[in-house]
Amino acid sequence: MSARDVTPGGQSAPPVVAPATTVQPGRGSQVLREIVSGNALLSVLAVLVALVLGGVLIGAADPHVQKAAGYLFARPGDFLQALGNAVGGAYSALFQGAVYDFGADNFARAIRPLTETLTVSVPLIFAGLGLGIGFQAGLFNIGAQGQIILGGIFGGYVGFAMHLPPGLHLLLALIGAMLGGAIWASIAGVLKARTGAHEVIVTIMLNNIAIYLIAYVLTLKAFKRPGSTNPISPFIDSSAQYPLLLGSGFRLHAGFLLALAAAVGVWWLMNRSTLGFTFRAVGANPSAARTAGMSVTSTYIWVMAIAGALAGLGGSAQVLGTERVLTAGVAASFGFDAITVALLGRSKPLGIVLAGVLFGALRAGGFAMQARTGTPIDVVLVVQSLIVLLIAAPPLVRSIFRLPGPGALAVKGVQA
Amino acid sequence: MKLELRGITKRFGSLVANDAIDLVVEPGEIHALLGENGAGKSTLMNVLYGFYDPDAGQILIDDEVVDFDGPGDAMAAGIGMVHQHFMLVPVFTVAENVVLGHEPTGVAGLIDLPKARALVKEISDRFGFHVDPDAVIEDLTVGAQQRVEIIKALSRHAEVLILDEPTAVLTPQETDELIAIMRQLKEAGTSIVFITHKLREVRAVADRITVIRRGAVVGSVPPSTSERELASMMVGRSVELGVVKDVATPGDVTFSVRDLTVIDVAGVRQVDQVEFDVARGEIFAIAGVQGNGQTELTETILGLTQPATGSITLDGEELVGRSVKEVLRAGVGYVPEDRSSDGLVSAFTVAENLILDRYDQPPFARGLALDPALARASAVDRVDEFDVRCGSVDDLASTLSGGNQQKVVLAREMSRPLRLLLASQPTRGLDVGSIEFVHQRIVAERDVGTPVLIVSTELDEVLGLADRIAVMYRGRIVGTVAANTNRDVLGLMMAGVPHDEAVAQAATHRTMLGEADEAAGDSSEGDS
Repeated sequence: MSARDVTPGGQSAPPVVAPATTVQPGRGSQVLREIVSGNALLSVLAVLVALVLGGVLIGAADPHVQKAAGYLFARPGDFLQALGNAVGGAYSALFQGAVYDFGADNFARAIRPLTETLTVSVPLIFAGLGLGIGFQAGLFNIGAQGQIILGGIFGGYVGFAMHLPPGLHLLLALIGAMLGGAIWASIAGVLKARTGAHEVIVTIMLNNIAIYLIAYVLTLKAFKRPGSTNPISPFIDSSAQYPLLLGSGFRLHAGFLLALAAAVGVWWLMNRSTLGFTFRAVGANPSAARTAGMSVTSTYIWVMAIAGALAGLGGSAQVLGTERVLTAGVAASFGFDAITVALLGRSKPLGIVLAGVLFGALRAGGFAMQARTGTPIDVVLVVQSLIVLLIAAPPLVRSIFRLPGPGALAVKGVQA
Repeated sequence: MKLELRGITKRFGSLVANDAIDLVVEPGEIHALLGENGAGKSTLMNVLYGFYDPDAGQILIDDEVVDFDGPGDAMAAGIGMVHQHFMLVPVFTVAENVVLGHEPTGVAGLIDLPKARALVKEISDRFGFHVDPDAVIEDLTVGAQQRVEIIKALSRHAEVLILDEPTAVLTPQETDELIAIMRQLKEAGTSIVFITHKLREVRAVADRITVIRRGAVVGSVPPSTSERELASMMVGRSVELGVVKDVATPGDVTFSVRDLTVIDVAGVRQVDQVEFDVARGEIFAIAGVQGNGQTELTETILGLTQPATGSITLDGEELVGRSVKEVLRAGVGYVPEDRSSDGLVSAFTVAENLILDRYDQPPFARGLALDPALARASAVDRVDEFDVRCGSVDDLASTLSGGNQQKVVLAREMSRPLRLLLASQPTRGLDVGSIEFVHQRIVAERDVGTPVLIVSTELDEVLGLADRIAVMYRGRIVGTVAANTNRDVLGLMMAGVPHDEAVAQAATHRTMLGEADEAAGDSSEGDS
């Protein structure tokens, strides 16, 4: 029987079949699907290429390299040496500032950079996990920034305004943070489900509203630190703080363990639960999901609520762990970096944890690099941006490394 | 003009789409290229038309080797192509479309529209196409649009015309007109390459039939070859063309649609006061040309669309107002008309697709937790039972051929106790072998006493499967007729002609396909 036609494998789709009337999914969700379905190798290569290009920039900005370039053809060795020194020096400083400081006089100081990296990675992992769920469900939620802020406001308020026994206090503060993020994200979810308003637009707007909301909230009596004119909250009660993991010498707190647990939880949710099955089905093919009896609209609301709760936990990591106080800058740029983290991690929990740690390292190491070698920390920003660029353009990375494309469809497009 | 292909080979990666194909089209010949979906017909024609470079082989025109760099070269050499999906600008007029790409220009480079009109009129009159040069494409019927495509090709002096699955979108009567046009063109000396997988049509019109299977020529035969022989050449084994089934023994009516009207967002009545009943143990088919309200009807039954008025009852229970999930839970098995967009999640594995509408119910779910191991085990059984050809149940649905994808949908929908099977275009785009299998399963479902509702635009399928037939036209049911109704009568009803009138018209105006049908009937009687 010839049901297999001439298609022995999936790799090369038969070039003769033209799907006549497939419903065109939105361009955005197609791009999302491409990004989510890409493989880990592409992520690693994207990071490598970005680091190489970052190295070029470091070299270009280095005065010694510039000087040596002046007599490049007379003594090319000088140029290469200067380049090697500049790039090697900068990246070595970056590594020592992010992982292990070889120059430190004791072990505790030597591993201090690594603990800083992990501390910084906590909000990135939380928010990245939330965004990853959205990406897998076909929602381009870029509102993590606002959701982190709302998580910070809710969790922080419970943390400093209420006074409860240890344990219970932290638990309640965490619930508050999740609730804050979930409510904020659900606004976008409900609007999408009820009116079809595009989540990208709505979440961007909600980010801005959140930024001004926290600035306003910190002027209120309920939030302002007594006796201070600065927009800063009272300190969080110690009963509502994440316990420190390595003693008072390090900032690393139990939020990191909670983030790892959340990653496992998200893996279970997406791969082993009925809810996650619905999310993935709606993300991959909403019309088939609807035809199979799933409610696409309530899925949107659920996905946004869960993503918001996770981002809210990211806010709690800042307020109840790292900073222990609520300020207008509580979210820094974590919400935006988390988008890159989720994309780099291909929306998979393990990938997001690894990408979150990498970005934590870039951020933590960037300061050391600037301090030790004078290389501007902006290089880190450039590297991060290049990663986004390369992930958004898989064909570019493929062509750099001459990887095979996703199916031999180079001559497609004439079958109409 | 004599066209010859010698040893054409085209590979896509490891896939050999065309394997050393030889083909000779004599001047003034209608040459049918017969093969299943994916056999390599369209690839071959795209090579001929200059879209693809062959990996090996030559194209000869009047015994001289030619080399096409693109469609422009092929057109200049006198080859015209009418694609399955028309390449027309819907908001342009016929004349504008015909000259698109090589517009006659006058003073200061302005388009000389009168000249374009005259060109269209001349060709249209020569062949009796009755096409108005000033009509806007989107206002024309599909058949008329196809004639515009043919005019376009002829206006570029095509001596060999390639028609790619030209009848897929036509009503039987329009097909008939097309066949007449093909014969006229042949009289005028134009050669035609007619690509199709429909046996009946090739026998009615072709002078020579070349059968392609798995990228290679199986043989070249005269049109007197029987349908059964052609089919076995196409598929590579003997196949049952008709549907083998016993006479239906209808039981009680358990599914009823009453006064159903569906109005879409634009305010158009897509379904207009439709009423019918389906009894247990019968296959009730709704025939009609695509876009006459069948899609809206099935979506309303499933609960995807809410009707303006009317009721749908299954075993006495009202389905209108229920959610899709509730309708499926009530025992409705639903095979959507477009499996790739509505039936499957192509990024999911076969196993996941097999539980797509049952994943949240025991035994596959316990509370919130899925049981992937059980889903896999059950999938292995389903794949076995429905003969789904896949490497493993963990393969993505997108790696399966169309026939196997459809089997996955059927396996899912038919592996739970059904109180109604609703299948829309159950065999669209499938090869002969898969069609046979799908039809057998549907008949088997009927035979266990399930009411079966089939919606199909393929008259062959309707005639083969149905125990009773309703014809839908512009949202209304034109009439409900017996299964053995004449093909010509059904064709006229599909164009909106009421039953009695259709019978009268069909008696005086025979179609060529109808005649070919009878001839085939005679010869097959002779065989047995």
